[in-house]
Amino acid sequence: MENKLDGNAVGGILQEIFPFEMTRVQATCKGCGTTDAIGALAVYMHGMGAVVRCPSCDQVLIRVAQSKGRYWLDMQGVRVLQINTGETALPD
Amino acid sequence: MGRLSWQLGEVVAAQKETARASSVRLAVPNWPGHRAGQHVDVRLTAEDGYQAERSYSIASPPEEPGVTLTIERLDDGEVSPYLVDELRVGDKLELRGPIGGYFVWEASMGGPLLLVAGGSGMVPLMAMLRHRAAVGSVVPTRLLYSSRSEADVIYHDELARLGKRNTQLEVVYTLTRVSPPGWTGYHRRVDTEMLQEVTWLPEQRPLIFICGPTPFVETAAASLVALGHDPVRIKTERFGPTGEA
Repeated sequence: MENKLDGNAVGGILQEIFPFEMTRVQATCKGCGTTDAIGALAVYMHGMGAVVRCPSCDQVLIRVAQSKGRYWLDMQGVRVLQINTGETALPD
Repeated sequence: MGRLSWQLGEVVAAQKETARASSVRLAVPNWPGHRAGQHVDVRLTAEDGYQAERSYSIASPPEEPGVTLTIERLDDGEVSPYLVDELRVGDKLELRGPIGGYFVWEASMGGPLLLVAGGSGMVPLMAMLRHRAAVGSVVPTRLLYSSRSEADVIYHDELARLGKRNTQLEVVYTLTRVSPPGWTGYHRRVDTEMLQEVTWLPEQRPLIFICGPTPFVETAAASLVALGHDPVRIKTERFGPTGEA
């Protein structure tokens, strides 16, 4: 069964891999060129992990899973990631 | 900031909210603090090593110590029945967070603010309202909260108190299944007409946060865009049973 969620659902696993708050990171779709915050992308959760798709053209941007002490990360649908380190910092 | 990892929280309080929802307050050592709208991932491990992981929104504002989650029981769920019915003070829970920065509101972001909640989609929006109250914000705010019945409304009394204390907060309910005798509020699913009656004008450029089950969120977001609201100012968070085969 697939369940359509949004990029907030992969914020946790992506931030285990990247040292940034990832739902505000801007991703540009390789298929149609649209740029969106990862939090606004479409996410389909599976037992093993998640598939992140472009809400405009349905292109797969990211596939991520974790199993047996290993992360699997396929980002071939992302043309550019823009990571704004300043804005994602938490105020102390 | 930096990378997240799993850590242990200890249940320091548990409270029933409705027949299907409970709040659990956790003490988490070295909790870095959180922002209103963020969530955590919770992981349960069975004796045979089988693990199940789910996301739950944080209900408590940044101004309160620790983390309070409000969890609704899904009857066929793998994780929520345990969290809602079995957790006791002193139990330990594995969690990862705080997560997210996209579906977040802080008083400094201003408004006017439109919050649209479907069922337990109210939880992260409650963190926003509690944060708003804690810092004494008077950002004009409207909440449209859709529930199955009055008994399913989470935080009913607190919302009434918040609304009484602050005239800049309006709470509008719609009940989709059962309405009590004499109910004068909406009694149907959220639709374009209802949103038009409740929301600010597009020219007032409200910040909009919608949280609920996926079909609820998509209907509400599409209606607000059709009413002329800027998609960039509409943030959504969908939830549903995740990863269940």
